[in-house]
Order: sequence, then C-alpha cells, then structure tokens
Amino acid sequence: MSDIAITAENLSKSYLVGHRFTQREGYSVLRDVIAREARNFARKTFDFMRGIQIVQGDEVEQFWALRDVSFEVKRGEVLGIIGRNGAGKSTLLKILSRITEPDRGRVTLRGRVASLLEVGTGFHPELTGRENIFLNGAILGMTRAEIKTKFDEIVAFSEVERFLDTPVKRYSSGMYVRLAFSVAAHLEPEILIVDEVLAVGDAEFQKKCLGKMHSVAVGENRTVLFVSHNLQAVQSLCDRAIMLETGTIVMQDASRSVVARYLAQAQSSSGERVWNRDTAPGNENVALLAIRVFSSDGRPSGAFDSDQDVFIGLDFFVQETNASLCVGFDLTNCEGVTIFRTYQTDLPQEHWPPVKMGQNRWRCKIPKGLLNGGDFLLSPRISIHNVSWIVHEDAVLKFHLNLRHGVSPFWNSLSEKNRPGLVAPILDWSVAVH
Amino acid sequence: MSQDRLATHAPMSIASAKLLKDMNVIPRTDRGRPLSQDTGAGGYELIVESGRAERHYWRDLWQYRELFQVLAWRDISVRYKQTVIGAAWALIRPFLTMVVFTIVFGKLAKLPSDGAEPYALMVFAGMLPWSFFATALADASNSLIGNANLISKVYFPRLIVPVAAVMVAFVDFVVSFAILAGLMVWYQFMPGWQLLLLPAFAGIAFMASLGVGAWVTALNVKYRDFRYVIPFIVQLGLYVSPVGFSSAIVPDEWRLVYSLNPMVGVIDGFRWCVLRGESQLYWPGLWLSVAVSSFFLWSGIRQFRKMEKSFADLI
Repeated sequence: MSDIAITAENLSKSYLVGHRFTQREGYSVLRDVIAREARNFARKTFDFMRGIQIVQGDEVEQFWALRDVSFEVKRGEVLGIIGRNGAGKSTLLKILSRITEPDRGRVTLRGRVASLLEVGTGFHPELTGRENIFLNGAILGMTRAEIKTKFDEIVAFSEVERFLDTPVKRYSSGMYVRLAFSVAAHLEPEILIVDEVLAVGDAEFQKKCLGKMHSVAVGENRTVLFVSHNLQAVQSLCDRAIMLETGTIVMQDASRSVVARYLAQAQSSSGERVWNRDTAPGNENVALLAIRVFSSDGRPSGAFDSDQDVFIGLDFFVQETNASLCVGFDLTNCEGVTIFRTYQTDLPQEHWPPVKMGQNRWRCKIPKGLLNGGDFLLSPRISIHNVSWIVHEDAVLKFHLNLRHGVSPFWNSLSEKNRPGLVAPILDWSVAVH
Repeated sequence: MSQDRLATHAPMSIASAKLLKDMNVIPRTDRGRPLSQDTGAGGYELIVESGRAERHYWRDLWQYRELFQVLAWRDISVRYKQTVIGAAWALIRPFLTMVVFTIVFGKLAKLPSDGAEPYALMVFAGMLPWSFFATALADASNSLIGNANLISKVYFPRLIVPVAAVMVAFVDFVVSFAILAGLMVWYQFMPGWQLLLLPAFAGIAFMASLGVGAWVTALNVKYRDFRYVIPFIVQLGLYVSPVGFSSAIVPDEWRLVYSLNPMVGVIDGFRWCVLRGESQLYWPGLWLSVAVSSFFLWSGIRQFRKMEKSFADLI
C-alpha cells in the first residue's frame, strides 16, 4: 500500500529514571550513608559491566514514555498530535525522525523525512545570518544548490535583509527565530514533521508562519505531522488528529473532535455533580441528587461548542409534592455575574414537566447560538415560590463553552477573549427599508 | 476584559482563501530525481526498529556528504571571527612554533640530527604529523559532546561529526606543511621523490586519529570519564613518539614493539619523505603501524555505529 506514507506499529520507548532517597528526620546515620553509597557503587559497576546506562540515584525506575503507539498516515495527509506536556509527543517525533530508536515496535517511512523539532538548530552565534542560513540549511538536509536557489525567498520571508551580514549573536530574539523559521519553512521533503515551532515571533509573523505552514501542508500536498499547543492551528491545518496521554493514544479522529475532547479534559470537569441521599442539598421533602451538563448525545462533559444545544439535567427526589415547587438554576460567569435564572415555572403551566413522587429527572435546554464562549457556573435553585428556598447552592458545576460562530467567516475563533459580552446571539441584520 | 480587542485569528480565513487560489500540486522533485506519481515506485522506504541494522547508513553518508565540509567550515571560520589579523593567525602560530624550535633545538641545544640535514627540519618534520594527530584526536573525542544540540534535534549520520573534526585538524596540518616548505627553502634543502609519498603517511595519521577518535567520542557520550583520559594520552604520546628524537635511538629488539604505536610509523615515514630518505625507514615497523591504524579505524567505526542509536538519549 504505497499511499500510506507512515505506518507506526506498537512503538514503545522507555527511559531509566533515578531517584534519591531524601533524608528523613533531618539527620542521617553514617552507617546508613555508607551502606547506601556502597550499594549504589555496586549497582553502577554491574550496570557498567553489562553495558547498561549508568543512572545516578539510589533507585532506578523504568519510565515508559511511549507505550504501544500505532497509527497510519496517508500520503498528503496532515496529522495533528496533541496532548498535555509529558504525554510523549516529542519522544514520538524523535523516533519518527530517527534521532532515537524505539525499544519495541517499528515505523515504516515511505518518503524522505525532514523534521523541525527546534528552530535554529545548529545556528552558531559567531556566524553571520547569511552563513547561518547555509549552515542551518545543510544541517536540515538541503543541498547547497537548493539553498542558493531559495536564498532570496528565505531572506525575504524572514525580513532580516538589512542585518544579513551581522553575526547572529547581535540579533534580537525575534529576528533570530524569524530567520531560523524561515530557513526551515523552505524545506521540501516528502514527509515533514513539525514540533511546536509555530509560535515564534510577534503576532504578525505568527500569522505568516501559519500561512506558510498552510501552504506547505495543504497547498503542496505533503505528508505532515504537526504537534502544537495552538489548537486553532491544529484544527485548521490538520484533517485528522491523535491525542496522546501518558504515552498512549487515547483518541484518533477528525481534528475537531479530538480538540474538543482535549479541551474537555483540560478543564478537569466531569460534567456532573452527584450527591448521596444523606448529603444531598435540600430538605426532607425535596432533595437535589444530581446536576449534569451534557450535549445532545447525552454524555456529561465539561466543554461544548456554542453552536450546540447544551442541556442541564437536574435529578431530584420528592417526598411531598407542592404545587408551587420551582426547580431551576442560575447561570453565572466566573466573575459571579448572573447571566440568567431559569425555572420550569417560567413556561406556561401546561408546559411544566410533571412532578412525580420519588425520583425526578428533568432537563433544560440552553439553545445554541445564545451564549458567548467562556467558563460558566451552575447554581441549582429549588424553592417554593414566594415562600422559601429549598436548594440554593452556588457554583456547584462548571463547564466551558467554545465560541463557535460557525456561520460567520470571521468568527471561526476558539478564543472568546476577543468577543465581549456574556451572550453572543446571532441577530438579524438587514438593510433598513426606509 | 474591558478592552475591545480585534480578533487576531479572523484574517486566517482570508489568508486561507487567498492560498486556495495559489494551491496546486507541485510535482515533487527529490534532489533532482523526479518521484513518480503513481505508486511511489522509485520512492524511498525506511524502517525504524530497535536493533535493525542500518543498511542505509552508507547511502545516508553519501547523501549528507556536504555536511562534512559544512561542519568543518563552520569550525574553521568561527575561529577567526572578530579578530583583527583574521586568518593570518593560521599561519603565524605554526610559523612562530617553527622559529622557536629552530632556535632552541638547532642553535641552542645543538643536538645531533640523523644525517646532513638541519636538526630543526628533522624536529619540525616530526612535530607536524604529531600535532595533526594530537589535535585531531582531541577534537574528535569531544566532537559529539560539543555538538550535543545537533545530536538531540536533527538526524544525520553521526559519523560526520568526528570526521569533520579530523578534517579541521587536517586543514591546520596543510597550513603547517606550507610553513615547512618555507623552512626547506630557507635551508635550501631540496626534497627527493619520496615527497610524493607524503599523502600516504598523512592518510595513515588520518586513519589512526579517526579510529581512536571515533572510539573515544562514542564512549565519551556514555561515560564522561574519557574526556580526562585523552589529554593524558596525548601528553604521554608526545614523549613516547619519536617527535623530539629519532626512532633510531630505540634498541633494535624493541623496535617492532615500539612500532605498535601507529604514530611511530607515520612520523618516521614523514621524516623519510621530507628529508629525502636520509633518515632510515624501518619497513616492518611501518607495516605494523599501518596495520594498527587500520585496525583502530575499523573497530572505532564499528563501535561508533553500535553505540550511535543511543547517543540522543545519553548526550
């Protein structure tokens, strides 16, 4: 199957990590110290004789950076790799770039690989910009002829033409990374591996970098593996994405879904709050058992998009019914501003859901296209109308909304920081008739 | 929160729209080799696996051949940056060394030489290959650690690094050789046909220094102790090798064992070449030195290749 550019099968990589026993009780007995040092020395000697890596410390642990990672990348596809820090992304890229070897498993690469794990690899501070372009280009795998042909393009992209003949140690950090990225951006391999190097320079240059990466990845039909924390870039550049967590792939899907799941996890909110009967808020007549937030698939989650309906589920137990029972919640933002309060009794009486004895499970729909992006807090409210509060808990559940004005060519943004307002309704705009 | 900020992400869509216009599939050329569009026949397949013998290694070395001179050029050009005299230092240092040698050993010490040629010439002819070997060995041994930032971030066949270090020492050697030529003119000393064999002896020194250098630098990555071993060996070697004296001093029964030091054969051969055969060349010793150098080269590269895959993890 030659339209598969990269095949990774069961890649695993471990490292040896040493630990020192910290001293307890503020003092250490000489006998113990000697015994420990002798043990360490013996261990290191045996390791040396067996050819194993020597690790400093009293105890050595085998740390698996990658465990049974398998995936496939088709030719011309752009695959995003996302994950928390320490998930194993860089280790995976190092294996794919042949910098290190896997302990187990194998990778088949069909095509020449160029990898960008760091900008400015090999830049020498004493050499001028011009010399460093040739140096860096050669290190990354370009031939001298190639660099010569692309020299003007590289210089134009980096915008450091005026300082091309000064030693790079005199450059500002912005100029340095611009030049470095510019050389790397003009690589033309069949398989390109990029590791978190897009966020360099000022905002203007970052836009340029993203644009260039877009033209390289999408425009020139190269196979690209792209690791980034810039989730917007991952979504716009990548068709598919994989999410790594502590060395294993937890999700492999279209980039939008993977990013959504990653964000949901990053919020560390499970999307539901459940109480036992005895600890549930309320009184002996009505008790709140659970509050959940979920989308139309029914699964509780911590993050949603603003172009989805969001459902708030309330589970409560009723011992004694009351006609004036109001069940609802307040929605507030993280600054404590109440966005709205809603009860089932807001509706005309015939539309109220019936209150049963025992377990009740209601849900409330927050329509799509209403709220702005951001973090929201739910505060359940159960009361007897105009009489007393039964449940008045504040901020028991948090969820996040990603702003998705998907109908707009401008507001395709994940960053709700750019849009003020608690709500972001899409209103009707038209030319006034008179 | 109260500032109204324009979205910096929005224009991305416009940029994408523009790029869509320019988008077309550019036929990929692979350093001049067109890649066939159908099934990737003629394409390049590589399997990365633990313990897999790197069959592509020599092909990779050929592909990255420009990197040898780029790294060597980098090390050389960096030396004379921000200097006033610049590259002239490359000539001044060996010149001054030669002057000091001539005065000290030739005029003041009045030590005897092998034949009719001046003592200074004999010493300098011995100094030259030795300093090439010593510099090459020292530089090659530290080359991997010195380029740690490259080793951990870019792939290229790692053997290029110590070879580039030896190449830098070789350039110094060539410059010093020019000084030696000047010295011969000064003494009005005409070399004989033996001079043509000089590159062969230089080649033996190259092999020996690369072999030992590859060994040491590979081990140095794993066990940093070797960094301290090399200066000691070089110091010792200076007194043991026939740099300051002629190897004719060594008693005959020990001559063969003495030639186990590869530099003995090289230095003797050098003297023989330069001083038009007037210093005696001990042929069995020479062949032994060649054999030892070749052995070091072969085993050094082998050891280097074996340890190469773990460099990025240990460096």
